[in-house]
Amino acid sequence: MIGAGPDYSVQHNTPSSIDFIEIYGILFMLATLTHLRKLEAESIHILREVVAECQRPVLLYSVGKDSSVLLRLAQKAFHPGRIPFPLLHIDTSYKFREMIEFRDRYTAELGVNLIVHTNRKALQEGSTPFAWGTQRCCGALKTTALLDALREGGFDAAIGGARRDEERSRAKERIFSFRDPRGQWDPRNQRPELWNLFNTRINPGESLRVFPLSNWTEVDVWHYIHIEKIPVVPLYFAKLRPVLVRGESLLSVEQDFVPRLPGEQTKLVKCRMRSLGCSPCTGAIRSDAETVPEIIEELLSVRRSERQNRVIDHDQDGSMELKKQEGYF
Amino acid sequence: MSAATLLAVDQSFDKFLEQETTKGLLRFTTAGSVDDGKSTLIGRLLYDSRSVFDDQIESVTKASVGRNAGPIDFSLLTDGLRAEREQGITIDVAYRYFATPRRKFIIADTPGHEQYTRNMVTGASTADLAVVLVDARKGLLPQSRRHASVAALLGIKHIAIAVNKMDMVGYDQSVFTDIEAAFRKFLSRFEGIEAVFIPVSALEGDNVVRPSARMRWYKGPALLDYLETVEVEARAHRSPFRFPVQRVIRPGQEFRGYAGTVASGRVRVGAPVTIMPSGRPTTIERITTFDGDLEEAFAGQAVTLTLADEIDVIRGDVIVSSDDLPHVGRSIRATLVWLNQVPAEENKRYRLKHSTRQEWGSIVRIQHAININTQQHEPAHNLEMNAIGVADIETSRPLCFDPYQENRATGSFILVDPSTNATVAAGMISGPNSSAALQPSVEGNVAWRIEDGSLVISLPGADGETRSGNITDAETLDVLQRLLKKLEAQ
Ligand SMILES: Nc1nc2c(ncn2[C@@H]2O[C@H](COP(=O)(O)OP(=O)(O)OP(=O)(O)O)[C@@H](O)[C@H]2O)c(=O)[nH]1
Ligand SMILES: [Mg+2]
Repeated sequence: MIGAGPDYSVQHNTPSSIDFIEIYGILFMLATLTHLRKLEAESIHILREVVAECQRPVLLYSVGKDSSVLLRLAQKAFHPGRIPFPLLHIDTSYKFREMIEFRDRYTAELGVNLIVHTNRKALQEGSTPFAWGTQRCCGALKTTALLDALREGGFDAAIGGARRDEERSRAKERIFSFRDPRGQWDPRNQRPELWNLFNTRINPGESLRVFPLSNWTEVDVWHYIHIEKIPVVPLYFAKLRPVLVRGESLLSVEQDFVPRLPGEQTKLVKCRMRSLGCSPCTGAIRSDAETVPEIIEELLSVRRSERQNRVIDHDQDGSMELKKQEGYF
Repeated sequence: MSAATLLAVDQSFDKFLEQETTKGLLRFTTAGSVDDGKSTLIGRLLYDSRSVFDDQIESVTKASVGRNAGPIDFSLLTDGLRAEREQGITIDVAYRYFATPRRKFIIADTPGHEQYTRNMVTGASTADLAVVLVDARKGLLPQSRRHASVAALLGIKHIAIAVNKMDMVGYDQSVFTDIEAAFRKFLSRFEGIEAVFIPVSALEGDNVVRPSARMRWYKGPALLDYLETVEVEARAHRSPFRFPVQRVIRPGQEFRGYAGTVASGRVRVGAPVTIMPSGRPTTIERITTFDGDLEEAFAGQAVTLTLADEIDVIRGDVIVSSDDLPHVGRSIRATLVWLNQVPAEENKRYRLKHSTRQEWGSIVRIQHAININTQQHEPAHNLEMNAIGVADIETSRPLCFDPYQENRATGSFILVDPSTNATVAAGMISGPNSSAALQPSVEGNVAWRIEDGSLVISLPGADGETRSGNITDAETLDVLQRLLKKLEAQ
């Protein structure tokens, strides 16, 4: 210490066992990654393995918060090189307008190659969740569209942002998840997955789904978005929006085919989206969270699960599992 | 799940940030025989620690009607597949996430059914700790022993034995102590295992999150208490530096980097390193990341290294500390856990994946199988599904490895059947197979020795001078080694 008397400095330079333990403790702390940095490193490892071992990987870009995190991880994994795979967005045409604006702006900014695929045929035949029911509509606009796009692109590995904590059948899935030639998942017969040694061997026509965010939770994702300052679609933040209020559900009226009850009017409600999907099937939640820290605070006290506002997850028992078996993400 | 942090409801964001940076992570797996109550226990743990969302509780409560497991069948919280709910058993691992103010947890709830042992191994391979359940009425079953053995083999040093269904035996202390004695005796065969025994009722919640008022004779911690406080050392930090190269990153002429995750140890800029298996020495020039260069990187970090010298490095090579080299060789001895209906076969070729390298690997000899009840070695020529055995394996090209007990990352491998692409075995290397390594020898006038990975043969010429030649080509070397070994055996 500058200006301190000799006695003082002598006292403090004498090594004692206590000091040593403290210093050792601090060094050890520094050498241990935080939980979030561990998750980050694990995801980067997975992304690099896919690219090293698969012929033609593609990243399924859904425009949501998890996709935003995946993109940042892909940038990190291949830095200073570019992201070595294209992005694929399955656009049902019923996504929120703000999602599409965000998608086009953000992917252009990053300079990544974006493929957009839509099942035009089903749309021409009139597929809407109201006319066809959610199961059939989803099957055509999402599952069939996805399988077609993967086949057309010749992609043997599709990287997605699904997390195990989202839903109980997802909690069962491998990080490298095998799909048969029809894109189907057999949950009763998954390959063992040991350590971080992923078995990527497949025959022509078969494919893999790869989930680098498997071990992340919703809070982890928001925490990472916060520390990394990752841009996300503004729909995640609370503001006054015109919605139809139906009991607990707040329904968007972006699509004019959403049927109204007799005399029903939209109301301005302060709300936000907890997960993003098609506007007619994704309800908003009442919220005052306008910033990422406020979202995290909200999540720490919230009592409902993330996908609870997704109509399609609840259209039958084991919905998600059945959809996944058919090839849904 | 992310409702997780619910034990600390209504936290401020600042408090959250502070806790997040100091909280440790514990990955644990459940294990034990079918129906011992693993899933019920995990469900109870999540429920009592308020880590389950209301809508999930509502849906599970509805589904519990008529299932004979009380108003809420807790196993339904983790048994996420329809087939599992219909049959009342776990088929595949469920991963669940939760946190308390003290720690974050990743749980792998694995199936007890013998048929699904492969899925138990999957869950246990990434765990630091195992919670092994025993049904108080049934005591130690073969499958309890199998799972405990697998956990020990996989290098899990901490085992919590939850003696479950204490409600069914009147919370009787002697039932508990008898099981504890038997299990301790069994575990004494394994080295360095720290075992704790906790009497619980997953159904009633005794000693899961809260201490039990019905078992005052038990003085130890409740399960959650133990899980929050047990010290688990990060062994990978103390092992020598190992960096399996995942991918060469070469965006332009100026940059050539090697991307990978530090598997163990640490490395600094300027550190002397060796590229394996070529054995070429160099030093670390830069440690780059998207967030800027680092001075030092340590176990668990995903980084990109550049080297001071222009050396040809490819995926599958390992950059290692020059002070502490791994083994290099094509012959290894390993413990295998066999995971497929088609038994292990001697002389069959498998795809072997070890760190970031894929080679052909043949099982040259199965040394013995391990009896899971007695841990005795038994002669065997094949390994059936779920069997554990020790085998000698030869690979088409050299691997660089460490014994699994010293280094999980460079000591583990998987075998894939090339005809079905199924992952058929988990392998843990015990060391080089010394009996297969060619010993320097003289046969008649011919002498041979191994030098720098090539075979040097010396022959006396007609003029009386000895001439030497080396063979470096891996395939030829392979053929010759086999030939010479046969000669030796005769
Ligand atoms: N009385 C009593 N029954 C229990 C207890 N724990 C679990 N059970 C019951 O035991 C049966 C099996 O429970 P599970 O949790 O499915 O067992 P498991 O070990 O997960 O079974 P697998 O995963 O299929 O190996 C169910 O009927 C439970 O309700 C307990 O502490 N007391
Ligand atoms: Mg179970």
